Amino acid sequence: MAEPARAKPKPTPETQHFWDGTKAGELRLQRCDACANIYFPPRPFCPSCASRKVSVFKASGKGKLYSYVINHRPAAPGFTPPYAIAVVELDEGPRMMSNIIDCPQTPEALELDMPLEVAFEALDDKITLPLFRPAKG
Amino acid sequence: MRRNQVAVVGAAETTELGVIPNMSQIQLHADAALNAIADAGLKLSDIDGFATAVETPQQMAHYLGITPTWVDGTSVGGCSFMLHVRHAAAAIEAGLCKTVLITHAESGKSMIGKQPRFTAPDSLNGQFEAPFGVYGPPSMFPIPVLRYMKTHGITHEQLAMVAVVQREWAAKNPRATMKDPITVADVLNSRMIAYPFRLLQCCLVTDGGGALILTSADRAKDFPRKPVYILGTGESVETPMVSQMKTFDSSRAFKVAGPLAFKEAGITHKDVDHLMIYDAFAHLPLYGLGDLGFMPHEETGKFIADGNTRPGGKLPLNTNGGGLSYMHSGMYGMYALQESVRQMRGIAPAQVPNAKISVCHGVGGMFAASGTIIFTNER
Repeated sequence: MAEPARAKPKPTPETQHFWDGTKAGELRLQRCDACANIYFPPRPFCPSCASRKVSVFKASGKGKLYSYVINHRPAAPGFTPPYAIAVVELDEGPRMMSNIIDCPQTPEALELDMPLEVAFEALDDKITLPLFRPAKG
Repeated sequence: MRRNQVAVVGAAETTELGVIPNMSQIQLHADAALNAIADAGLKLSDIDGFATAVETPQQMAHYLGITPTWVDGTSVGGCSFMLHVRHAAAAIEAGLCKTVLITHAESGKSMIGKQPRFTAPDSLNGQFEAPFGVYGPPSMFPIPVLRYMKTHGITHEQLAMVAVVQREWAAKNPRATMKDPITVADVLNSRMIAYPFRLLQCCLVTDGGGALILTSADRAKDFPRKPVYILGTGESVETPMVSQMKTFDSSRAFKVAGPLAFKEAGITHKDVDHLMIYDAFAHLPLYGLGDLGFMPHEETGKFIADGNTRPGGKLPLNTNGGGLSYMHSGMYGMYALQESVRQMRGIAPAQVPNAKISVCHGVGGMFAASGTIIFTNER
């Protein structure tokens, strides 16, 4: 029997650009053309001023560790505990949930506000997840 | 909404709490409803307004055999019942119905007749949270707490004291699931669930339910029990995605609901004799004390660690033992409301002497939603 896989996102028309971006190695955010608000998760209007004039742009992929838990039990399918579930604050402002790779999953190694950079992990030929690793230099 | 125009005239929990392997979830609703009906001295046919969560109003109305003219199926997580109380009070005042029944029950432990949780892969949660390993409330609810601790200078020992103090209250309550005393060391040595939280900082998982009956304050005097009046109410929602809260050092939904209720009640924090803050996990009482304006967030951990909320303390908090030690079937808000009503009736197992005002604050769907009800026994 196959190992249970991690939950896989299924894009909608409003989020497809984001998942196309991660597949192409880009972290894409949206900016309101009317009020300049940068927001996440994706939607075709600005949640701050309700303008429908919004643009997709490539984010820097840099951020910092805002908060996290190290999950021991119960573990989600496809994960080996203990593993950190992190919230990353992107340099552009929005926050997103992710995992921290190339880093021990311990309170000592995972310091709040540590600089992070995006890394991409393909789940299959359609979906690539944005993960984060400690920033180099 | 005007103060003290609506009252709780019936309140009861399921006959049993804890592990109830001989009842399905809808029967637990019915058990709680029938107990509340008996408590109020009513018949089910007297009920013309009905509210419930998780189970649909149509499901439960049919099962109970009632035909309501006002229905509320607001289902925003564990504080849904605070919202039901608020909506019911407004409906009664508006003349939409006269006698409202609110039911909650979950077969949270035995899982009999309870639908499993499911996150659709094309929902926002399914796309932007589930792939990163969140799996049930223990892996989600505590995600903000490390940031809260860093911003406000809260220690692990202070968060352990939340569980210690609530166990002191539970020891006074014969219906509490966990009654044996615990120490900070016991908490900090208990099994790790999701760092920084350990087993004793996470809520119980039990079966049970509760029901409330509300009517106008003018009618309430004719009921067998001492009426408990609705003095103030508040509600809000923020986001179903814990990662997308506006900030982690505070809850926006708390900061809307709590102050709304205080303003409506026309009271100050010094007037509060008894306080319930929904404690699915140990950080919630700290968020509640801060966001409801009792004190700056920086002081919340020390306030609890210094014993101010324990039996005999100046602000009795979670006097049934809370979700950490009393019971927690998944949506705990109903049990917090039940304890506030018991305190206002003067019949709580750990009764706060001469308590006249009780604040009952709920949270739902992680920090997705919030509802606050302020009760009084004086009109």
